[in-house]
Amino acid sequence: MSEFLEFEDVSKHYGAVKAVDHVSLTVKQGEFFSLLGPSGCGKTTLLRILAGFEQPDTGRVLLGGEDVTDLPPYERKVNTIFQSYALFPHLSVWDNIAFGLKVAKRPKKEIKAEVAKMLALIQMEDQAWKKPDQISGGQKQRVAIARALVNKPRVLLLDEPLAALDLKLRQRMLIELDLIHDEVGITFLYVTHDQGEAMSLSDRIAVMKLGKIEQLGTPAEIYEAPRSSFVAAFIGDTNFFDGIVAEPLEKNSVLDGFLSVAVDKDYSRLKIEDFPDLECFNDKQIKEGEHIFLSIRPEKLRISRERPEPLPHLNVIEGHVEDVIYLGSQTKYWVRTGDYRISVIRQHSRYLLDEKPIRWREKVWLSWHADDGFMLEKYSEQDENLIQLPPEEVGETTESNQILARPADAGEPAAAGDAAR
Amino acid sequence: MKAGSRLKFSEWLVTLPSFVWLLVLFLVPTVLVFAIMFKPATPYGGIGEGWTLATLRTLGNPNYPAIVWRTLWLSVAATGLCILLATPMGYYMARVSPSRRRLVLLLVILPFWTSFLVRIFAWKVLLHPEGALKHALVFLGLIAPETSLLYNAYAVLLVMVYTELPFAILPIYAASEKFDFRLIEAAKDLGASSFLAFRKIFLPGIRVGLLTAFLMVFIPSLGSYVIPDIVGGPTSEMIGNKIAQRTFVDRNLPHAAGLSALLTIAVLIPMVAITVLRRKENPKDTLIEEGV
Repeated sequence: MSEFLEFEDVSKHYGAVKAVDHVSLTVKQGEFFSLLGPSGCGKTTLLRILAGFEQPDTGRVLLGGEDVTDLPPYERKVNTIFQSYALFPHLSVWDNIAFGLKVAKRPKKEIKAEVAKMLALIQMEDQAWKKPDQISGGQKQRVAIARALVNKPRVLLLDEPLAALDLKLRQRMLIELDLIHDEVGITFLYVTHDQGEAMSLSDRIAVMKLGKIEQLGTPAEIYEAPRSSFVAAFIGDTNFFDGIVAEPLEKNSVLDGFLSVAVDKDYSRLKIEDFPDLECFNDKQIKEGEHIFLSIRPEKLRISRERPEPLPHLNVIEGHVEDVIYLGSQTKYWVRTGDYRISVIRQHSRYLLDEKPIRWREKVWLSWHADDGFMLEKYSEQDENLIQLPPEEVGETTESNQILARPADAGEPAAAGDAAR
Repeated sequence: MKAGSRLKFSEWLVTLPSFVWLLVLFLVPTVLVFAIMFKPATPYGGIGEGWTLATLRTLGNPNYPAIVWRTLWLSVAATGLCILLATPMGYYMARVSPSRRRLVLLLVILPFWTSFLVRIFAWKVLLHPEGALKHALVFLGLIAPETSLLYNAYAVLLVMVYTELPFAILPIYAASEKFDFRLIEAAKDLGASSFLAFRKIFLPGIRVGLLTAFLMVFIPSLGSYVIPDIVGGPTSEMIGNKIAQRTFVDRNLPHAAGLSALLTIAVLIPMVAITVLRRKENPKDTLIEEGV
């Protein structure tokens, strides 16, 4: 029951390109599961393998315990919502939805009843006789959903279903998709490159990179505890600091410290150029002398004019504000410290006009708890190239990431992509 | 508004040559043919004075129904066979790699590099009673030695299909190339077998190409003259042959004009029908947009 849909060691090559590279994955019944990754990461290929449009080179696909690897698409109890919707242009909305049932030679009466039910679900009863080119993008999307769901698939596959819609519509469809999932209780396998969509809809997410699963977990797990720099940078925004793990903290070097004596071994001291020594929670037993990237999410940083009170495990650095963007519910700051341009988000939980907000060029202090940073492997140029965010988000992430391309990294043992260059 | 009308004028200017061309070489001759039909014939092959309905009465010739029927069934059969062969071809051409597609496209239009007449005579050689094909088929025991491959309606049909196949392939290929093959995947995803997806989604998807192919093959077929003349015998005459006979042998121009007018009307019927059909479906459609 729990292993409802299984990919077992599935690979797919196109020439020399490994689209899917020995992926094993299980999805639970009724789950909203997302495959998330930049374009070319293999997520769509994996979906097409499940739909039956592609044959894997190795491995098998099990659906409800049954091996479906060699079944043609039309014999699988899965249905797909295509990115282009792929509505049949010569058929009306009604006929599009009825297509699967007609092909299955279901009784006319039943077809009528089922299609009517679906039209009610997508609230398009009055548009039933329109052709696809007479309805809007959002309506096409809903017809595509109805056309798939009417067949009562065991798994509904969604291939970037919202990519063709504009922002407002996308947000509405997100909610509708969520409602539909709750209502029909079918397993959803959702493919997207948009982390926002994946985060807001999914029970679990598999982040993919170069045909492999980089991390699998709930949205919160993936956001709060990314296992790699790639995941940290791809899901949300983050600041990276290039550093080296130093010798463990000594008692007297801990600020204010008798409390910290007992937990010292859980925290490592980091040496980062331009910064005072920092502390970071070390749950991965990263050894002394190792080269790491410290990653801190912008919203985990506190920004203040006054130097914060020293507390155990509180990291404090100094900088000056280079850019400010007021976003209503929050303000985004870019703070310059040495070579680093650090992005900070400040939520406005209080009435802002009574405060004197921090402005451009002010000298500020940034602080964060040692638990809120995590040490990751080097964020490579290859990762950066893989992550092709839509234009409006590029500004945020690349700014902080640009630091990583510093010449200081050139001598390091780099990821394969770097070495080739 | 002014800019719009000026654009219209320049558009007119651009289309003017083709309008003149059609007017002088198509519309005027057609009107002449219809007019000559109502003129008396002279014994020396000329056209007499005054107007008469005599030709209309002679068109009731008892030999004609058989010839009209043969013309019709040969044209329908040739059109059907051409579309039957061209549809999978168009599908294939739309699906193969661009380099392979160019090669196939070249092969499809390659016959046009040789004169039409030469190719028909080549068929005559192929099908000849002493020809290699006949010998091979007799040797294999597929046909009796006395069977004639040449000079019958089937030979005419064969060569008609051969000649007109490219005119069916090209519009069907053009429509197939525009077809969104993701729809086939969608159909299969919804449980349709490959055949069902082809029939229910692909064929309706390329119907514009199919209609164009129908017109491009059916209309020339109705007017066939050279093919039945060369590979057909006296028993496989078509209307085209009769028109030629009335013109060159009997030297009865009004009668030939009457037959031609009949043929023109016969051609117009399917054309108008299809145009109306497509107007109804999509008012913006024009008739030949998806043509070659």
